[in-house]
Parts: sequence; C-alpha cells; structure tokens
Amino acid sequence: MINTLAIAERELKSFFVSTVAWVIAAAFMAITGLLFAVLLLNSNDASLRFLFSNLSVIFLFVAPFLTMRLLAEEIRLGTVELLLTNPVRDVEVVLGKFLGVFGFVLVMLAMTLYYPALLYIFGAPDPGPMATGYLGVVLQAAAFLAIGLATSSTTENQIVAAFLAFAINLVLWLSESVSQFVGPPLGAALKFLSITSHFQDFSRGVIDTSHLIFFISVIAAALFLTYLSLQTRRWRA
Amino acid sequence: MIDVQDLTKDYGSRRAISGISFKVERGEVLGFLGPNGAGKTTTMRIITGFMPPTSGTVTIAGFDIFRQSMEARRHVGYLPESVPLYTEMSVRGYLDFMAKIKGVPRARRSEQIDRAMEATRVQDRAKQLIGKLSKGYRQRVGLSQALLGDPDVLILDEPTVGLDPRQITEVRDLIKEIGRDHAVILSTHILPEVSMVCSRVLIVDDGKEVAVDTPENLVRQLRGSEAVQVSVRGPRAGVMDAIRAVPHVLSVSLAGDEVSDGVASYTVATDPGADVREALAKALVDGGYGLLELRMAGVSLEDVFLRLTTEESDEDDEAGEEAA
Repeated sequence: MINTLAIAERELKSFFVSTVAWVIAAAFMAITGLLFAVLLLNSNDASLRFLFSNLSVIFLFVAPFLTMRLLAEEIRLGTVELLLTNPVRDVEVVLGKFLGVFGFVLVMLAMTLYYPALLYIFGAPDPGPMATGYLGVVLQAAAFLAIGLATSSTTENQIVAAFLAFAINLVLWLSESVSQFVGPPLGAALKFLSITSHFQDFSRGVIDTSHLIFFISVIAAALFLTYLSLQTRRWRA
Repeated sequence: MIDVQDLTKDYGSRRAISGISFKVERGEVLGFLGPNGAGKTTTMRIITGFMPPTSGTVTIAGFDIFRQSMEARRHVGYLPESVPLYTEMSVRGYLDFMAKIKGVPRARRSEQIDRAMEATRVQDRAKQLIGKLSKGYRQRVGLSQALLGDPDVLILDEPTVGLDPRQITEVRDLIKEIGRDHAVILSTHILPEVSMVCSRVLIVDDGKEVAVDTPENLVRQLRGSEAVQVSVRGPRAGVMDAIRAVPHVLSVSLAGDEVSDGVASYTVATDPGADVREALAKALVDGGYGLLELRMAGVSLEDVFLRLTTEESDEDDEAGEEAA
C-alpha cells in the first residue's frame, strides 16, 4: 500500500514537471471552455449534459497521450529493472502507475468545476445529473487510462503505446454504432462492449449498477492484463 | 550471504549461462569477470530477482529469491549496468522515492539518504535535476540508491564505466570500504580493477564458469613457477653458469636471440615462492658481469584472463573442474 502510494505520488509529480502534461491540460481547458460556451449559448439550458458527451470524445484522444509514457518509458530507460528488483510487488507497480495518472485526470476535471459554478451563479441547474455526469466521465476516463496503461506495458515505444490505446478505445467507443448493423448475437456483444452506451445514462442523471459494473470490469481487466504483461516481461527479459 | 547453485538460463534455444555456482560471504568482494556477452548481466539479473532462471537456485541472506522474493529483495542493493534514473527528478527526490519503496521507515529515511549521498559524494548536487548531471554524478547517484536501506548484499554491474580516473579511484575505494561489512558482487571487464578491489574472482566465458579464486592465486597458478628476467653484458656461457649457481634457480634460458654489444636477455625459472632477485644480482655483479636489467617476469591477470577465455573447450572444462 505504501509502495503503491509512493509510486502514484512520484508519477503524479512527474506529470507536473513535464511540459507535455501541461500542454495537454491547457489544451483540455481551452477545448472544454470553448465547448461549454458554445453549447450553453446554443442550448440556453443550465445543464452540462452536452458537455459530458463531448468530454467523453476528448478523453478518447487525451487519455492515450497521458498513459503512453507510464511504463513504456520505464522500459526504455531501464528504470523498470530497479522497480522490479526492489521489494515492490508487481501489483503495486500497476496500481501505483494507474493511480498516478488517474490523479492527474482528476486534477484536470477539478479545473472544469468552474463551469457548474458559473451555471449556479447565473441559473438554477439540477445538481443530480451533474453529479452523476461527472461520475460517468470519471469512470470512462479511468477505463481509457487503464487500457492505455496496459498498452504502455507492452512496448518501449511511446508512440506505439499511444496508438494502440487509441485504437482500442476507439473500437470500444464505436462498437455501439457498429452493433446496429450486425445481427443479434454479435450485435448484442458489441453493444455490451460499447463505452458510449454505458456512459449515456450517467449524463442523464441515472446510476445503473450494470453500467458501474461494466466500467469497473473494464478497468480491472485492463489492470490485470498490465500485471500479466509485466510478469511476462520478466520471463522475456 | 549469497548462495548461487547451478544456475542455468536459456533464451529460446540459446543457452546464456549454464551451471554457474558460487557463494559470497559478508566481507567479500567477488569480481565477476568475463568478455562481453559471457552472461554477466544475465547472472546478475537472476540474482536480483529481475528474471527467473531456467533452472538452479539463488538464496540471499537465507531467502530464496523467487519463493521468498520480497524478503530476499529487501537485502539487496542493485546498480544495473545502464544506471537507470528518473531524469526529471532531483537527486534528493529520487533517493527519497527509492528509500520509500525499499521500505526504509520514515524516521530513518532522511538520515539514510544523507549517509548514502555522503558516501558517494553527491551531497553538493542534492537539489539538482538528475537529467542535468554529468555521467560521473549519475553513476554515483545510482550507487547511493543501491546503498539505501542498508542492504547486506550489493550487486554492481560495471560500476566504474564512464567515470574519470579520479572518480574511478574514489568509487573503487568506496566499494572496497563497503566490501568490509557487505557481500558484494561486482562485474567488470577492467582487469586491474579486479586485482585492486576484489578478494575473489569468478571468470565466466560463454556462460560457463571458468575459474574461481583469489586474483593472486589465479596468477600464480598460471605462472606455475616464478620467473625472473635479466639482461646481462658478458659471455653467455659464463653468465649462465653464474646464474645456475644461485640457490633456488631451476633453469636458465636465453630469452630471444637478440644479442647486441655482448648483451643478452635470460629467463630464469625458480622454485615457486622463492625470490632470487637479490642473490642473483649479487652473483652476477660478483662475477664481474654487467647487470643491465632485472625484473620479475610478470604474468598479469590479463594473461590469465586471455588464456582462460580463449583456450580450447576441453581445456576449458579442466580449468572449470580445477576451480570447483
């Protein structure tokens, strides 16, 4: 546990000293700010529902850039060798890395909290859907990040890690649209795997356990694959 | 402290190391010597638990590195060959992180970091980013990381590579000092380093153990008997007789046929352990010959190394058996 936190803390700190992370955070704020303004002016509705759907697209692109470094760089620099020969369990490495990047995303999301604050000042938004919407965004982002961590553990090339993560995220993101054109058994499976279909209820203000379980399963599966990939790295090394 | 038994590692069909066994006790520095690709780094990676062997066992401070991995790892400080460091961290920040994951309790962390930095002389760069440090400093930061948590065992993969001569001397002195109350394995291909720092040498070639002994013994074994080289002016027959008359001299032979101005070089073989230089000089001078040069015909560790690692394979096996 202490090890997990130490690794997470180191990871989070390294985000704050890296230019890339600041650039991503700045671009993220610029894009969400613009979207918030445009969506608000068009809908004239004191809700964040449309912003949440857009956030989901943004994370589709942003998450791979945040995760590509996590293990790929450690593998390239050889620091993974020190990590794996110290009294730290492989699980702790995986969880620490994940919590570190997740923490950074939480900071990014915290910075968007002034949008609802603005809505409260100038209108009377419904707090329920806003809270569940944020929960949905957080879960979805966590799933994208876990997938990115898994791809980052397979290679020492950060670009490869980012593209792999993006490809997998995109498949999960598009699978609902594809499912409409495919027959029932496969179609149903694709629909079940769709991140978007599981996300939508959250932005409508509904917390459905099946959606919660879906996201938690995706996160757990991706983290488990990361763990396996670290283990096989020992055998292949 | 370190007990390696019959270690074998295959990469696919290629056997990287085969049947390596050795022990290192506290207070010993074992030099791990071999040409590039001999399996030094592979062996060290197995000992530190980075990867599993194909067969064989490693026990550190009584803990099996795979079955009781966490306990065993707590006793090991490791400096990998590539000196991996997080370049975006400050020296102190990095050491603090490493101390945390080595399980150094919070109360002792700061003191331990100070001690490690002092021992490796990096205190003056404590606040600097590692990415901005010279190679020499990085190497020493890597070394101070290995010292954190007071491990009983230190595994150092080529710790003096890339340092300037003064730093090399410093690091060697440091390793010697550490070696007094730790078990240290040090891999290198710099031969003088071995004689300077190590109390024992393990020579590996092509993944096999070729010899294990003290540097002095290895040199002595190869030399067989002691030999002295002399250059003398004077008639050859008379000179050789004079030399033969000296006690402990076994034989005299002309070294090379280069004779100029009545000067010739001779190789004098003597009883092992006997130093005949003084008696020899006296005999030659008393005999009225001109003694121009006199020295021990040195067999260096380099000669031992070259011979052991380039011998035919059947002789190779013999050497391995002798060592065992």
